[in-house]
Amino acid sequence: MARVLVNVPKVVKVGEPFDVKVLISHPMESGQRRGADGQAIPRMIITRFVATLDGEEVVSLDLHPAIAANPFLAFSVAAAASGTLALTWVDDEGATQTQLAAVTVA
Amino acid sequence: MVGAAAPPRSGPAAALPRSGYEDASPAVRAMQDDDASNPAFLWVQQGGAAWAEAGVPSGRSCQSCHGPAASMRGVSARYPRFDPARGRPVTLAQQIEVCRTERQGMQAAAPEADEPLALEAFVGSQSRGMTMDVDTSGPAAPAAAHGEALFHTRIGQLNLARAQCHDGLAGQRLAGATIPQGQPNGYPLYRLEWQSLGSLRRRIRNCLTGVRAEPYAPDSPDLVDLEFYLASRARGLPVETPAVRP
Repeated sequence: MARVLVNVPKVVKVGEPFDVKVLISHPMESGQRRGADGQAIPRMIITRFVATLDGEEVVSLDLHPAIAANPFLAFSVAAAASGTLALTWVDDEGATQTQLAAVTVA
Repeated sequence: MVGAAAPPRSGPAAALPRSGYEDASPAVRAMQDDDASNPAFLWVQQGGAAWAEAGVPSGRSCQSCHGPAASMRGVSARYPRFDPARGRPVTLAQQIEVCRTERQGMQAAAPEADEPLALEAFVGSQSRGMTMDVDTSGPAAPAAAHGEALFHTRIGQLNLARAQCHDGLAGQRLAGATIPQGQPNGYPLYRLEWQSLGSLRRRIRNCLTGVRAEPYAPDSPDLVDLEFYLASRARGLPVETPAVRP
């Protein structure tokens, strides 16, 4: 499991956009580099990132090479009611990870 | 240039310590200012978990001796610390290694291994904002003096001393980058060039290969003395651990 930091405001207002910041620990190997043995290092990047709020998709991203290691993603979401933000991503090895964060509407 | 001179940005006359933060670009500074965007916190988080995790085979964690992590507040501001029992200064990383191998009974970690480094960042971050205050008086003085001598010794095929760049030319440019004073107050820090967290030892090794000198062995006493002197040179700067640098 990759380490991840998710930052959501403690309390948000109804219908008002708030910032979600996600920091994922990932090598994001571009596939363009060669190792000490001269062999190409296989590409290993996050290819797809989806955020859902109570099952409804709010953000989805296709990621490509040339993104630095440990990518930082930030986006805005507005919520009508309290719920759970589910962040899911898939990398080149097919590993899927989901991270949950509570959204509290006041 | 003759005439009314501006106060020097570099050279021994500009003796006030200046953190590398001041010389970093606004984007890098913004990254360090916001904990949510500082990638080093991935390691701090890992270190926090390691703090409470029982070591194999002793079953003892950092927490079982030291209590909550808040007890570590101020510790990294005083390290490297002179250890009277050994008669030598000891860095925070060495002290963590002693705890791991002797008290927790764990296997010695490889230099720059992820978990001890994360622990060092976690312990260091407890002292964030405190003033660097290393004690180099009394029996510790010879080690600090040796470190200072190393700082002023020319080394490598380029025949450069650390003082020439980091005292004499600090604030000027080396290619596209501003030469910092080489202050150690943010380590372990996230370096964009490394795309990972790294220690002061790793940074010094970088410098040494840069002037084409032979880098120190990871456990070299010279390296510890140099770190000791660097910490005393940074006296008065705030601890920024974990910082972000380009």
